[in-house]
Formats: sequence, structure tokens, C-alpha cells
Amino acid sequence: MRKRMRTDLRLRYDEDLALVRGTAGWLAVLGLAAALLLFPLYAPGYLLFTAVLAATHVIVAVGLTLLTGYTGQISLGHAAFVAIGAYTTGVLGRGVPALPGLAGGLPWWVTWPLAGLVAAGFGALVGLPALRLTGPYLTIATLGFGIAVNQVLTNWEALSGGRMGLPIPRATLGLGGLSPDRQLAYLALGTAALLVWVAVNLARSHVGRAFVAIRDSDIAAEVMGVHLTRYKTLAFALSAFYAGVGGALFAQALRHIEPQMFTLFESIYYFAMVVVGGLATIPGAVIGAVVLTLVPQWLTAAREWQPVVYGAAIILMMAVEPQGLYGRWLRIRAYLKTWPL
Amino acid sequence: MPDVNQAAQLLVGGLAAGTLYALVALGIVLLYRASRVLNFAHGDLATAATFVAFTLMAGGWGFPLASAAALAAAGMFAAGVYLVVLRPAREATLLGRIVVTLGLALVLNGLTTAVWGAETKVFPFPLSDTRVYRLGGVVVSQLSLGLMGAGLVLVAALYLVVQHTRAGLAMRAVAQHMEAAQALGIPARRILAFTWGLAGALGAAAGILTAPATLLDPAMMLDPFLKGFAGAVLGGMDSLPGAVLGGLCLGVLEALFAGYVSVKFKTTFAFLVIVLTLMLRPEGLLGREVRRRA
Repeated sequence: MRKRMRTDLRLRYDEDLALVRGTAGWLAVLGLAAALLLFPLYAPGYLLFTAVLAATHVIVAVGLTLLTGYTGQISLGHAAFVAIGAYTTGVLGRGVPALPGLAGGLPWWVTWPLAGLVAAGFGALVGLPALRLTGPYLTIATLGFGIAVNQVLTNWEALSGGRMGLPIPRATLGLGGLSPDRQLAYLALGTAALLVWVAVNLARSHVGRAFVAIRDSDIAAEVMGVHLTRYKTLAFALSAFYAGVGGALFAQALRHIEPQMFTLFESIYYFAMVVVGGLATIPGAVIGAVVLTLVPQWLTAAREWQPVVYGAAIILMMAVEPQGLYGRWLRIRAYLKTWPL
Repeated sequence: MPDVNQAAQLLVGGLAAGTLYALVALGIVLLYRASRVLNFAHGDLATAATFVAFTLMAGGWGFPLASAAALAAAGMFAAGVYLVVLRPAREATLLGRIVVTLGLALVLNGLTTAVWGAETKVFPFPLSDTRVYRLGGVVVSQLSLGLMGAGLVLVAALYLVVQHTRAGLAMRAVAQHMEAAQALGIPARRILAFTWGLAGALGAAAGILTAPATLLDPAMMLDPFLKGFAGAVLGGMDSLPGAVLGGLCLGVLEALFAGYVSVKFKTTFAFLVIVLTLMLRPEGLLGREVRRRA
């Protein structure tokens, strides 16, 4: 049983509570923080865009793993929440002439949280059928929701600009000395870091434990006093909130959105990120999102092969390492820590 | 007061579309019943098979021969997929199996695009879309008639296979209770591979019947696949007659919606049907899957 040996022994309760443990942990966190702070200053332009894209994917994937990995509710409609977030920022940022207070358009620090909240509202709505449906039926319901949102956006031209798309006003931090792209990179990485931190904390709290309990057995969870209606709806709303904020950031990165960017394929890609990184771990979702953002960038020469690569990666991951990349890393770490044993 | 002829016209159009949905739904339900796998690669396999038929015809094969070859190829490929990819993953969770078929869908779609290109092609079909017959006040194209006829033949053939052959009996036994069937000496692995092959061939047939109406391109089956899915849910995921009924109902409802309410939101309507079915009667019209919780 060497493989399963616990290597991070915790002797006291406050050690168990600590978010970051040990010198190595703190060094890693500091190193990551420094990298995130310095990267937007010095990175070349094309990497900046990749970083912003990776940040949006990280946000969406972390939200999805809270729902699918932790709560066990499969969603194949996540691109719809991303779209809702993107269009919320787009429409509010452009301004709504019909409403007196909104004619001029709102700044990003108002529209981004609103994007998350509107998406969360829809998430709670999708969560309602989830109270009765399990397994494949829920998958189909979310799939249908995703397609329906895409269809509505394509056809409701007054809202979405139809197939022509919707231009997005530029968001800046208001720092004069930095180019807008670098400011956006700071904004993106900062938002992603904040939301990941929230997710990590949430997953360790009573909310996270309730999610896991529902995943493992909803009846047992209910018996233990987990309010199923409340927590399932919360999981959907929370996950959709992440997707909505991710969508706002995505819209900002591309500065132009159209319904074709939020199809079933995008939903599957988000799913792939979560699976490749490792289900039900926040670091796994982050790793999966970053890896699956970088791989297509390296593969630009063979763009049409991107779906094949994604698909093959998913199948291979399920066959070889169902715990995902992060699970593999944990095993390597455990092996090294216990090494010559 | 709505015109009777118009209603009949919509009904015929809806039945033609519904036949396609029913064929797709049959493939999905066949697999779901047998192994509780939602096959998200069903549509993409159908598209790939249609491209195979297209290439064979371009190489001088006749339509019947090329279609038969494409059906056989799709069936063998699907059976192979089961044996190579899904059989090893049979212990995986529901999520794991869904993920695998999603991955397969991406791979197939990507390969189709890479091999045949993304531009649309005209699929040569022996029946014409423009030659029409008048039955009373209703206009029916040769293509829709052929489509409905082919659908009827395929459904009848599937009925015979499932209800009146030993293999069909074994299929039903495996679908009902895998362990019991195995204990009685039914080779579940081979029967499941056969089921996959049958579903793959049905999908290929649906693809070949869809192509003349929509033009051939790698995303061709996405819409019929999703509608077939909707039809399967409407009819009941574990009922073969339900799949046919659900597909036909969806086609007709959709055509009526398009005719009387809005053409634009036709597809949205189909998914509204899914969500409503799942909320009001999750087991579908003819389904009997026991629900764990009310």
C-alpha cells in the first residue's frame, strides 16, 4: 500500500485548517504570486493574450469543477453561462438607450459582477430541474439549455447583434503608464487568482463538504441534514457565477462577441479541461485549463486537428489516469517524499 | 381559421423530418437501453459514414452499393469502438463514460474535417428534392416520400431483428439484466458489440438520408442528432417504440411551431420540449425506467 501512504501528516488541528502548509507551500505561493505580478509587465504581446484566455478558462473550469467534480452534477451547457456573462457585459457596457440610467454604458467593475450575477440567476433556474433529475437526464437537460441559449442569441438580434456580433468597449485599470493589453492581463490574472482562492476556501468549508456529500449519495446527505434543494441550487448558481465572470473576461479579451463562440463544442472543451486536470480538485481544474489553453496555441500550424487532440486527450486521460494531471502529480510527489521506501 | 391544406402540408413536412429524428433516436435508445451509455458520438459517426458513402460514389460506386458499404463500415466501426474504448471503461462512472463518448465525438468530428475539409458538398442522391407529387391539396417531394419510406423499412427491419431473432432476444435479455443474461450463457460482450454495430449502422442510414436535404459538411448531423436526442427523451430513453414515437412527435410539433409561431425559434422550441418533458414526465411518453426519487 505504499502508493496510498499519507505523506502530509497533520498533527494539530490548526495545521489542518491552514490554507498553506510548510515552507515549501509558502515558497510555492510566493513564487506564484511573484510570477503573476511580473508576467504582465514583461511578457510579449501574444503571450499576454494567451494569459488572458487562460485566465478565463481557469475561471470557468474552476466553476465547472465545483459543480461537476464536487457536487456531481454534470453540465454540458456551460458555454451558455459563459455566453450570458459575455452578453451581459456587452450590452450593459454598450449602454441601453431605453433605460434612463443605463444609456451611457457601465464601467467594467460594475458589469463584471453583474455578468456573474445574471449568469448565477440562470444557473439557479437550470438547477431547478436538477432537483428531480439525476445522471443522464440532467446531462440532457443542461445540453438542451446550452443549445437553447445559443439559438436565442443567434436569433434575437436586437440583444446580441445576431451573427454580426457585438463590440465590447475596452476595460482598463486606469493606470496611465501601462498599455491597455498589460492592464487587461493584470485584471484577468487578478480576477482568476481571487476566484480560485475563493473556490479553494469554499471547497474546504461546510458548503464544500455538503457538495461532496450530495455527490457521493444525495439520500445520505439529506439524512445527515444537508438541505438538498438549497445546496444543489447553490452549486448551480455558484458555478454559473464563475462561468459568467469568465464570460465577461472572455468578451473583454476578444473585444467582439458573437453567438458562434458559445456552442456545444465550447461546453465540451470546458468539460475536457476539468477532466484532463483532474475532477474534483481546484488545482486540477486550473492545470487542465492552462494546459488545454496552451496546447492549441502550440498547434496553430494544424488548427483543424484541435478537436482531435482534445478528444484524444480526454479518452486517453480516462483510460490511463482518471485522476487527471493533478492526481498524477500528487502520486509523483508522494513517491518522491517517501523515496527510498 | 387555419387552412386545412396548410396544416396537412406542415404535418407531412414534420413527418419527414420526424422520420430522421426517429432514426437517430433509435440509435441512441438502442445503446442507452443496452448499456446505459449516452452516445454523444452518434451524430459524428453518422456524418463520417455519410462522407464514406460520398467518397465511394465519387469513385464510381452506385448509390445502393455505396450506402450499404457505408452502413457496414459504420456498424463495424461502432462495434470496434465498443470493444476497444468502452468495454475497458465499463467500470467507469456515468460521468466517465459520458466523457469518453464526448471525446470520441470530438475525435470523429475533427478527423472528418481534416480528411474531407469543412466546405459543404452536394450529396448525390437518387431521389429529387424538386420533383413533387400532389396528393389532394398537399405537395410532397419525391425526397420526403423516399425518406419516409426508407425510415419505415428501417424501423420494420429493426423491429424484426430485435423481436424475432435469437440475437434480438439476447439483446433484450442483456438490456434487461446483464448479470442474469450472462449467467444464462449469453455472451454479453459480443451482444453489446452487436448492439453498437446496429446502432452505428442506423446512424449511418440517418446520415445518408439527411445529407440530400442539408448538404454534406462535418457539422451536418449536429442538429438532427440533438433533435434525435430530444425525440428519445420525449419518447422515453429506454423504449424503442418510444424513440420512434418521440422522434415523429418532435418533427410534427416542430413543423407546426415553425408554421404557426416562429421559424426562427424552431430549434429553441425542440429544447423547450426536452426541458418540459424532463420536468413533467422524466421517463418520457413510453419509457418505464424506474425513478429513484419522485
